[in-house]
Amino acid sequence: MSPILGVWASAQQSAFLPGDYESIATAVGTGSSDTITFSSIPQTYTHLEIRGIAQANASLNDYGAVGVRFNSDSGTNYTRHRLTGNGTTAGGAANTSTTFADGGPGAAYLTSGTSTVGTTVISVLDYTSTNKYTTIRALSGTDNNGIGLASLSSGLWLNTNAVTSITLYQQNGNFTDKTTFALYGIKG
Amino acid sequence: MPKTYEPIATTTLGSAQSTVTLSSIPSTYTDLIIISQPKSTATEGIVYIQFNSIGGTSYSSTYVYGSGSSASSGRRTNSGLGVIAENAYATSTAGATTFVTQVFNYANTTTFKTWLSRGNRTDSQGTEAMVGLCRDTSAINSVSFAIGGTTFAAGSVFSIYGIKAA
Repeated sequence: MSPILGVWASAQQSAFLPGDYESIATAVGTGSSDTITFSSIPQTYTHLEIRGIAQANASLNDYGAVGVRFNSDSGTNYTRHRLTGNGTTAGGAANTSTTFADGGPGAAYLTSGTSTVGTTVISVLDYTSTNKYTTIRALSGTDNNGIGLASLSSGLWLNTNAVTSITLYQQNGNFTDKTTFALYGIKG
Repeated sequence: MPKTYEPIATTTLGSAQSTVTLSSIPSTYTDLIIISQPKSTATEGIVYIQFNSIGGTSYSSTYVYGSGSSASSGRRTNSGLGVIAENAYATSTAGATTFVTQVFNYANTTTFKTWLSRGNRTDSQGTEAMVGLCRDTSAINSVSFAIGGTTFAAGSVFSIYGIKAA
């Protein structure tokens, strides 16, 4: 891609005012656990966003979902919907009475010792509300040069409690040390 | 509270050009978000992305696309450039196509670089989600955009933001 003719102009307008979008915590995988938990989440924001890269130590050269659980609830209290494209076909699917919500179909690359990771951006909407179920949405995917999945998904936690902790779950293996998730708060 | 989501730079083209480079990107953030409204001097053109000057066969991608009447998926492998959308082209209509491209953990040197992109073309086509891979572990310090078979028109806008994790 040459020649490079770009113009490097000064910064102009922020997408958020300073303090509207704040970093709460960052967590990394250890290789010995299939969960990563953000606990003691402050109740001072309107929405939460989780951004991350993920890899699980399953030698599959494939992709796997990252699940989301709230407040340590591992019961069948979640539903999920997703639109996916695997490089060949597009499809939609749904599950009810599941043990986790979709935090990103294809958000984790399942491998052993490579540098490829999956990725996801998860929005947790109005998480402090106690008068409605908690909903999430995600944009996620993995690509590994011939294997991949791009996805848009949503999830529902059938519970009206305020969210105080979030557990990210990988059902195909443990999160490796190449996994990093960051939790952000968005003020209304 | 320190700033977490910060603007790094905005480029608005004053004249047509074939490529746009956002260079000297500081390594102090965790992720990059690039919001672009590229306009084509031709009827339409696919928008490519390149990190640093990495070429060869380093790029691949997978997408899901909805046209308004059907959904489809496809991929690229072993490409010399990445793409930020396979179907949602930049067009000659100002503002018709908007892309949000997110580049994750761009400054680390232990993982290949991944991006997620959403493209929305409102004039006649649809909406798209894409995941891409650059098989290189180098820290990213510049991001370039090119347009297939034509040039970016004056008025094309590229804004880059940094997100800093705790």
